Amino acid sequence: MSVDQATVRRIAHLARIAVKEEEVAHLQGEVNAILAFVEQLNELNVDGVEPMTSVVPIRMKMRDDVVTDGEMAEKVTGSAPVSDEHFFVVPKVVE
Amino acid sequence: MSDLTRLSLADARDGLAAKRFSAAELTQAHIAAVEAARGLNAFVAETPDIARAQAKESDARIAKGEARPLEGLPLGIKDLYATKGVRTQACSHILDGFKPAYESTVTANLWRDGAVMLGKLNMDEFAMGSSNETSYEGAVASPFLPPNMTADQARGRLADKAKKGLLSPGGSSGGSASAVAAHLCLAATASDTGGSIRQPAAFTGTVGVKPTYGRCSRWGMVAFASSLDQAGPIARSVRDCAIMLRSMAGPDAKDTTCVDFPVPDYEKAIGQSIKGKTIGVPKEYRLDGMSQEIVALWEQGVAWLKDAGAKIVEISLPHTKYALPAYYIVAPAEASSNLARYDGVRYGLRVPGRDIVAMYENTRRAGFGAEVRRRIMIGTYVLSAGYYDAYYVKAQKIRTLIKGDFEKVYAAGVDAILTPATPSPAFALGSQTSDDPVEMYLNDVFTVTVNMAGLPGLALPGGVSAEGLPLGLQLIGRPFEEETLFAVGAALEKAAPKIALPQAWWA
Repeated sequence: MSVDQATVRRIAHLARIAVKEEEVAHLQGEVNAILAFVEQLNELNVDGVEPMTSVVPIRMKMRDDVVTDGEMAEKVTGSAPVSDEHFFVVPKVVE
Repeated sequence: MSDLTRLSLADARDGLAAKRFSAAELTQAHIAAVEAARGLNAFVAETPDIARAQAKESDARIAKGEARPLEGLPLGIKDLYATKGVRTQACSHILDGFKPAYESTVTANLWRDGAVMLGKLNMDEFAMGSSNETSYEGAVASPFLPPNMTADQARGRLADKAKKGLLSPGGSSGGSASAVAAHLCLAATASDTGGSIRQPAAFTGTVGVKPTYGRCSRWGMVAFASSLDQAGPIARSVRDCAIMLRSMAGPDAKDTTCVDFPVPDYEKAIGQSIKGKTIGVPKEYRLDGMSQEIVALWEQGVAWLKDAGAKIVEISLPHTKYALPAYYIVAPAEASSNLARYDGVRYGLRVPGRDIVAMYENTRRAGFGAEVRRRIMIGTYVLSAGYYDAYYVKAQKIRTLIKGDFEKVYAAGVDAILTPATPSPAFALGSQTSDDPVEMYLNDVFTVTVNMAGLPGLALPGGVSAEGLPLGLQLIGRPFEEETLFAVGAALEKAAPKIALPQAWWA
């Protein structure tokens, strides 16, 4: 499988990465090189094989459903590029 | 006192215990070495004040007879570990200025055991790379001199951000490997998603251990591919790695994939007889066109193990060749999901845009380097509607097959597997400029299977190339049997010629 330039633009938008028009052809080449590399997986018949969900066969740890931390809004918002009164500030999203 | 930096971690520990020198002296010697080696660009942040304060506490504890396992031992920390109040950026522009309000579990374990932090180490951006050239902070030079280059010529290239022509220390833990090989720290933390501990160790004549998935907590490590990432040490001997891993590993309620098994005293495995151990040699790792010196190194490793009393058997891991392509679906898919959090809202860089989507897109365009953007795009594609089954599910099925290969040979009685660590010795920075990203990916051909199957792996120096550069061997173990790797690794280390780590031409 390979991707065309429209697909490259669509993936970039889905990934929320701005792409300049002059970069599209180059990116297309790189993406297609990787897709060509993984193409060899099609040699393999994987019918009936269980997809891996956990590499180590252990049971997921469970704990009581209780609050274990919190009350640290200062720390949580403290790393934000723009924050105000313990809120993250973003460009207007609702008209 | 600069010869204190020539000590192994174990000898430094014993010297402190015997009061032959103080933690303050040991730390000061390393701080001076780090300052003199700024040209290598191994450290991206130095924390001498923290180091001196920790050393002072260590000296007090030693005086009181209350020394902890890593008391007073100066370490370097890969920039991927969250360190409270200290720069943590995974060497990405997008995490500009990020100083976490919390400490990763692995580094917290090290400080609990008395270790001293010298600073943060350079790495490929978000651990994506095999040469340390994708770092936003610039390339790291290996302390090994390129063949046919004099110390003066090499020194002249240190000022260049790309350090073209000097040797790559490998990646992604290039800063860790370079700093340990250059004797800037006694050991370093590193991390391994596809080979990022073992390949740099092989390139720099050091020892690196990627433990079994789940052995170390991933909490507070900047995530790349969560089902593959694992913390581990790089140090100058198998014993030093064993000491480091004992402190780094352990249960953690904050990481549900971290196992609750007790941590053995790995150091006890050093020097244990390997008589009667069965070592597998997988025929699929004998690649077409593999260089003669790698073949010879591997055969030499087999001979050493035979001499030490191990039984050598040829084994087959038939799905080996599919590990790397399957990895380049699984790892980017998980990366695209993990790196979605960098959106200019909660931390790091923000680049404005006309609306919020433009702000996200501009921030991520400016904040991520080319390799990271490429992998996010691939990951987004293979997870997108209509392609998920064809790529991602298929790759996860292949992972089951790869793991099954190992399970079969282990069930047949194999204790550990011996392979080369890398297909070549270190290459020059700036030499892998092909438009095809797959070329760089091939560095991980021998290491990536281990991550795909969640197994422990250890890389150690086995010899030198025709040009005198280090070559590494790799041991692969059974899940949670790191002790076997340390025992067999120590036997190999004892037999192998000692690789002289370079003198300080950079200072």
